[in-house]
Amino acid sequence: MKLFLKVWKQDGPEDEGRFESHVLDGVSEDSSFLEMLDQLNEQLLDQGKEPVAFDHDCREGICGTCSLNINGFAHGPENSTTTCQLHMRKFNDGDTITIEPFRAKAFPVVRDLVVDRSAFDKIIQAGGFITVRTGSAPDGNALPVPKSDSDLAMDAAQCIGCGACVASCKNASAMLFTSAKAGHLNMLPQGQAEKDTRVLNMVAAMDEAGFGNCRNYGECSAACPKDISLDYIAKLNRDYAKAKIKKVFS
Amino acid sequence: MNLDSQIPEGPLSDKWENHRFSSKLVNPANKRKFKIIVVGSGLAGGSAAATLGELGYNVDCFCYQDTPRRAHSIAAQGGINGAKNYQNDGDSVHRLFYDTIKGGDFRSREANVHRLAQNSVNIIDQCVAQGVPFAREYGGLLANRSFGGAQVSRTFYARGQTGQQLLLGAYSALSRQIAAGQVKMHVRQEMLDLIVVDGHAKGIITRNLATGELKVWTADAVLLCTGGYGNVYYLSTNAIGCNVTATFRAYRRGAGFANPCFTQIHPTCIPVSGDHQSKLTLMSESLRNDGRVWVPKNAEDSGKSPSEIPEDARDYYLERKYPSFGNLAPRDISSRSAKEACDEGRGVGPGGRGVYLDFGDSINRLGENVIRERYGNLFEMYERITGENAYQRPMRIYPAIHYTMGGLWVDYNLMSTIPGCFVLGEANFSDHGANRLGASALMQGLSDGYFVIPYTIGNYLTSVSSGAIDPEGEAARETLESVKERVSQLVSSKGKRSSRSYHKELGNIMWEYAGMARNEQGLNKAIGQIQDLRDDFNKNLLVTGTGEEYNMELERSGRVRDFLDFGELLCRDALDRNESCGGHFREEYQTEDGEATRNDDEFAHAAVWEFKGDGEVPARHKEDLQFEEVKLAVRSYK
Repeated sequence: MKLFLKVWKQDGPEDEGRFESHVLDGVSEDSSFLEMLDQLNEQLLDQGKEPVAFDHDCREGICGTCSLNINGFAHGPENSTTTCQLHMRKFNDGDTITIEPFRAKAFPVVRDLVVDRSAFDKIIQAGGFITVRTGSAPDGNALPVPKSDSDLAMDAAQCIGCGACVASCKNASAMLFTSAKAGHLNMLPQGQAEKDTRVLNMVAAMDEAGFGNCRNYGECSAACPKDISLDYIAKLNRDYAKAKIKKVFS
Repeated sequence: MNLDSQIPEGPLSDKWENHRFSSKLVNPANKRKFKIIVVGSGLAGGSAAATLGELGYNVDCFCYQDTPRRAHSIAAQGGINGAKNYQNDGDSVHRLFYDTIKGGDFRSREANVHRLAQNSVNIIDQCVAQGVPFAREYGGLLANRSFGGAQVSRTFYARGQTGQQLLLGAYSALSRQIAAGQVKMHVRQEMLDLIVVDGHAKGIITRNLATGELKVWTADAVLLCTGGYGNVYYLSTNAIGCNVTATFRAYRRGAGFANPCFTQIHPTCIPVSGDHQSKLTLMSESLRNDGRVWVPKNAEDSGKSPSEIPEDARDYYLERKYPSFGNLAPRDISSRSAKEACDEGRGVGPGGRGVYLDFGDSINRLGENVIRERYGNLFEMYERITGENAYQRPMRIYPAIHYTMGGLWVDYNLMSTIPGCFVLGEANFSDHGANRLGASALMQGLSDGYFVIPYTIGNYLTSVSSGAIDPEGEAARETLESVKERVSQLVSSKGKRSSRSYHKELGNIMWEYAGMARNEQGLNKAIGQIQDLRDDFNKNLLVTGTGEEYNMELERSGRVRDFLDFGELLCRDALDRNESCGGHFREEYQTEDGEATRNDDEFAHAAVWEFKGDGEVPARHKEDLQFEEVKLAVRSYK
């Protein structure tokens, strides 16, 4: 395949940034999108040019490191697929592909296509855990959890924290991420003790990190490589309202 | 080199209990005076940092990723073993211990493995309490599945994402400690050297991958939880960033490196599709519960579509050769059998390096929905990568490098030969011998981090006075200077070849001569070729950009440079181990029907390598393995 690439270059957080155009020939249909970028970088090195920086690690769709807006879509046009799992057979010979970093105020660009998503860590630190001291746990079967609850918790827990939800939202809202993380724990009996504080604190941390408000557009869920459902946002709103009311009357 | 394993006295099942009692405690008020560095934030590092922080130590935790939640433990799919015997099928701590020792082909330390089996029970409880959504039965209790190398069902799992869920559990515990200020997290930081003062580990040098800043960090103890070295083969199931630098730099500073030739080749990976390939993808071993492995009986059929090959023309070779374990034969044995079949010309798919993993029977028996529920995400992943639908035609699989049992030598306290430098998880050598059983890596990482190091570190800390060394002091400065020099040497490499091209070439050498089957001639050849490649690297490497910025080329060059040295060490170890055991298969040592032949008289030991300087041959030391509980036996799965 021969491809025409428009790739975002930005030397650092302060740099304005610009697109650069490259032609890449001899791309295998079986290679992944990131392997195509590897090939581009090898070509740039051959030409004595600086390679393009991008985030990646496991390359099997689970670590959540890879990002990229590809032709305007977070993780590219395929459904339920991270960039590293997107394969070139989904493109055509002669295509022009535009590659940009995830764009959001809360995700500043580090370099080229690499962004800083540490705002997500802040949200987890605010309450995305169950307080349990190492060694103090009861027997694993002491507390039965209905299979349906456990399955729903797992659906939410699958979130890989990639940030595609934020990048695809016109408000750059982190509601899908936050609701998945809070929802996973809030649905389990183990998570009940801290449910209210968890929700209040995580939402406060989310607001503080500079993410926008949720308007229920649903782009986040459509872009999510793990198909996290919008239902979790509804659940977060409900849990938040309950916690807030309890706080007022307590 | 002092290789005293510090195994406690007493009967095997009491050793850990006795040791916990006799281990020295650090009083709560003193804990905050100690600073501990944890390098790596996977299951071992994340759980250690969280637990030590919770106990009151001051912890600095480092990872090269942009957040601790992305460490490669996240990619483990199948599950975690726990000797709970919830299935009432005859499991016990002792059985898990025995399975692990036997699975490791009798090349691991009894006492460590027994402790691991004991802790497995607590790990499950801990993770459930953290909210890890393990699979459950309709009654709400925990479900189990079976796994290779075991005849009981003791594997706990969270769909095909067990590693992810356990890591997120450890990450949540870590996040709690970060919020509490007990752990300071440093992301996008790569450890480039270990600071050793008067023989004790006292700190590390890191490079900030975003800014290029080199920095000294000092502490009372350093924990290396930096994973394995599978990427020395270039193509492996490891994440792209996984590397040997942290442990190899510790080795160069005096830590013994044990059994580097013990590498695990996982039987069920998606076969290589072409030269562009940057990594291989694992398909969980749990698939072998419902999938049957086969190749055509006749080489002439290997080009045909699988549906055109009738039942009686198929060779279900694992079921045929190992009737009692069948498709659940351990990883090393399954891998080698796949290679044999392909070597005979019976391999399938492009290039003939693949075997079928067929779900046809299970789908007929259980229905497609049941299979979808069990493995849906794996089937989707397979389709994304290969473009094929495995509900309709069998998957093609082939072995790939997956895990490394070798690692830095540690004693029972998990301390390396450098006092104060501890090694946890895949980075150490202690628990899996020559072959790791499925669902045991997650168990070991969490056992080391949650339940071992919090007790054993006290023995060391109470023997030294608290108070980290001066970061401006001589030792720290010298180490920093040597790192600076190394980085500037790499940055000033303006030759013609990219680090990736060297890495690829090294990987080819390693896979060819130190892969699934090894022999003396090949290993000697590999050592020569690696030395030549390293000379060429030193002359012709091309690194663009500077050291003071985000520079992916520089990062990779440093890692590849260490892999070039390390690959040679691995080959040396393989060359000197004149036996076949576990993942180490020497063609000279096999039975007539191709089974591995161990040599217990001469090799029932861990080989521990001591660095002797650049260009010098390292020294090989031995820790003899004492077997008091189990009898060394021929490992049979027939």
